[in-house]
Amino acid sequence: MAEVAPKLREVFVEALDLGDGVDVENLKYRDIEAWDSVGHMALVAAIEDEFDVEFDTDQVIDMSSFKVAVDMVTELQSKNA
Amino acid sequence: MPDLSGKIALVTGGTRGIGLATARALAEAGATVVLTGRDEERAKRAAAEAGAAAGLALDVTDAKAVSTLVRGVAKEHGALDIVVANAGIMEDALLGMIREELVETTLSTNVAGTLHTVQAAARAMMRKKTGAIVVLASIVGEHGSAGQTVYAASKAAVANIARSAAKELGRSGIRVNAVAPGVIETDLTAGLSEDAVAENVGKTPLGRLGRPEDVAKAIRFLVSDEASFVTGQVLGIDGGLVL
Repeated sequence: MAEVAPKLREVFVEALDLGDGVDVENLKYRDIEAWDSVGHMALVAAIEDEFDVEFDTDQVIDMSSFKVAVDMVTELQSKNA
Repeated sequence: MPDLSGKIALVTGGTRGIGLATARALAEAGATVVLTGRDEERAKRAAAEAGAAAGLALDVTDAKAVSTLVRGVAKEHGALDIVVANAGIMEDALLGMIREELVETTLSTNVAGTLHTVQAAARAMMRKKTGAIVVLASIVGEHGSAGQTVYAASKAAVANIARSAAKELGRSGIRVNAVAPGVIETDLTAGLSEDAVAENVGKTPLGRLGRPEDVAKAIRFLVSDEASFVTGQVLGIDGGLVL
C-alpha cells in the first residue's frame, strides 16, 4: 500500500482535477462534484493506464473511496506479479 | 469526404455488410481502423479487404473481452477517437413462435453487446475528453415490424443507449449517435423474396433498397468533425421508407 498510495494520489489529483485543499487519502465517491459517475470513468481509465491493470465491472462499481482503490490496485498488481 | 487522418477507429462486426463498408469508408477518409468479428481469420481477411490496420476476434457479449480489446487498441495506437458498435444479429419470429433462446441471444448480442462496447469506448475516450461513438439501431426499432418483435425491441434499446449515453457523456466531449438503417442489401436481408423486395422498394420514396455504403457514409459523417455539434440523434438511413 505504501508504494501504491503516493502514485495513486497523483492520479486522483490529475484525473479529478483536485485542488490543494482536498483530503485525497480520505476521499469517497461523490464527496466532491468532480467525482461523479462520469468523473469515475475518467478516474478508472487513468488508474488502469498508470498502473497497467484492468478492473472488471464489479470492481469499477465497488471503487468507492481512495482507500478502496489503493487496496484494489495493490491486489491486482500482486496478481500480475 | 471528411478528413479522418490521424484518427483511430474501431468497428465491431466489421467482417461483412454495413460493418465492412463502414471500416472501408473510415479507412478511405484516412483513419487507422481496427475491425472485429467473431472469427479471427475472417476478421483478418476483412481487414485486408477494407484497408484496415487490423482484424481481431471479439465476442461482444463478453464484457471482459470487449473491455480488454478496446483498452488494447487504445494503448497500442495511443488513443481511440471513433467507435462504431455495429455487431448485431437479426432473426425473425412471429410473436407466438419466439423461443426464449432467441430472446436471450438477440438481447445479449444487440443490447448488452452494444452497451459493453459503448462503456469500454467511453472509458478509453474519457481521458482525452473527446471521441465519437455510433451505434446501429434500425428502422424497425423506431416503428416496429411484424415478425421482428424481438429484433425491433433490441434495436429500440440500442437507439436509447445512444440517446442516454449522449446525455451522460456530452460534458466529457464524447458524442454518441445512432443510425437507423432501412432495408439494406446485406447478408441479413439476402433471404428476402422478390415480392418482399418489390414491396419494400414500393414503400421507399427513393425507389431502391439501401446499400451498405449508404449507411457507411452517414456513419462517417457522424464520427467526423463535420458533425461536431450532433449528439443523441437517431439518423434514419432508409430512403424515406415508411413501415
